[in-house]
Amino acid sequence: MENRPLEYDYTVAKLFMFTTIVLGIVGMLVGVILAFQLAFPEVNLLLGEGLAEYTNFSRLRPLHTDAVIFGFTVSGIFATWYYIGQRVLKVSMAESPLLMALGKLQFTLYVVTVAAVVVSLLAGVTTSKEYAEFEWPIDIAIVVVWVLWGINIFGLIGIRREKSLYISVWYYIATFLGVAMLYLFNNMAVPTYFASGGIGDWYHSVSMYAGTNDALVQWWYGHNAVAFGFTVPIVAMIYYFLPKESGQAVYSYKLSLLSFWGLMFVYLWAGGHHLLFSTVPDWMQTMGSVFSVVLILPSWGSAINMLLTMKGEWQQVASSPLIKFMILASTFYMFSTLEGPIQAIKSVNAIAHFTDWIVGHVHDGVLGWVVFMIMASLFHMAPRVFKREIYSKSMMNTQFWIQTLGVILYFTSMWIAGITQGMMWRAHDEFGNLAYSFIDTVTVLHPYYTIRAIGGLLYLIGFFMFAYNIYKTMTVGRRVEENELQTASPMGA
Amino acid sequence: MDIAELQAYGYFFLTAFLVFVLYGYIYHLYSSERKGKRDYEKYGNIALNDEVTDKPVEEISKKDDETLKKEA
Repeated sequence: MENRPLEYDYTVAKLFMFTTIVLGIVGMLVGVILAFQLAFPEVNLLLGEGLAEYTNFSRLRPLHTDAVIFGFTVSGIFATWYYIGQRVLKVSMAESPLLMALGKLQFTLYVVTVAAVVVSLLAGVTTSKEYAEFEWPIDIAIVVVWVLWGINIFGLIGIRREKSLYISVWYYIATFLGVAMLYLFNNMAVPTYFASGGIGDWYHSVSMYAGTNDALVQWWYGHNAVAFGFTVPIVAMIYYFLPKESGQAVYSYKLSLLSFWGLMFVYLWAGGHHLLFSTVPDWMQTMGSVFSVVLILPSWGSAINMLLTMKGEWQQVASSPLIKFMILASTFYMFSTLEGPIQAIKSVNAIAHFTDWIVGHVHDGVLGWVVFMIMASLFHMAPRVFKREIYSKSMMNTQFWIQTLGVILYFTSMWIAGITQGMMWRAHDEFGNLAYSFIDTVTVLHPYYTIRAIGGLLYLIGFFMFAYNIYKTMTVGRRVEENELQTASPMGA
Repeated sequence: MDIAELQAYGYFFLTAFLVFVLYGYIYHLYSSERKGKRDYEKYGNIALNDEVTDKPVEEISKKDDETLKKEA
């Protein structure tokens, strides 16, 4: 052990922190533009008639979803893994030149793939499968990036000093395996140029699935992308960062294990709730509903475990903005994992399906839980990877309240809009004639769409404050010693 | 017995089995702690004492290394 290094090596973590922030800005900026387009259609011509092809809603929408899912969130997952992974396994990346090289290769290929995604989506090259829009050459590049990450996970585990894998590592492994399985099966496609002997563009493909099968595979994938992209890795983050920042070990390690297996078993069966009242078999719809309701238990198991971790230390929520971010994140996790099952109940779904309430649900989950937790993770990591104090605590507090207000405006306006839509669509007179036409709902919803856009804008402003705070931390934050980094993160005024 | 009846029995026994597995796992976690086989709660400290120079909560012993090598 004489060659044992004294420090962890955060080179790869830093690179992915950078893409987390940049792609977060891109994804959320496009999201805000889309929200304003829905409220004010003339925004579709943002850059004039000539460029309308590139700025209209339909061209930008996949750019928003893919930038926040595969750009911001996945970068956040990679960044936190390359930080947490080393620490809980007590092994430095510097100890393995091979893993370090593979990590850098993973980052390089990731950036190239992101560039290809942005260009192809803007150019309108897409498979038209929601959340799986990339054509096959990009899919293959994504698989390589993912496999490189897997090699790094299991490589680090292979050379670890800590015998037991901390609960966060279990969640990262589940993320890796879950996404790999989902991505491969849902993106199965036939490249038309090669299959037909030279017809069409070389990069085009058609899905291997059609009709109801396509819907089933798509929502098995789509819902579990929420599971293994927006839930499992984010739980991995909070299980590490909240105990570390608060100085309190997780309240019940046993509960964390039980919730893990509960989540793994239950989540995969819940996707059918996206297809209620559609052409898929009735038993499958019922199964989707039932498993969605059961899903409350493992989700709340983790969330309550996090809140109980703060037992006796609640004053930290008032004094530390970083703890505030994490506690609000876990509260939103509880909230959206209760809201989701409610929407999955058939009678509620009869009103909620296809309405803005679903959009509201997604956004209280991602803005309140995913983004808050990833930002909190980066705030905790920044002083440790840059060896500098967080630039401004008061800016963090202001950001927290601006963004919280943004999320609340977003989901409350979408609740009202969604339920109004649902009720108007089904209203009929005594002869069964529909009471409203589609345009009646559009007129009524306009104020709520405006409120949603303002909520999104507030959130984006908060994200810019976050980016600025991290940039200033990196460049001018007060330099700190190792002993200041044991638990609570050092913050400047 | 028609398919619907089979499904009903299948559904009931599967649910009973899963409930048994769930409670069995909880029993396993608590009983292994009570019998002193494993202290699960100490693993929570892996996150707190995570400097590269900290002593691991459970070290990979030399014996383990040798066993792993033999297995490989």
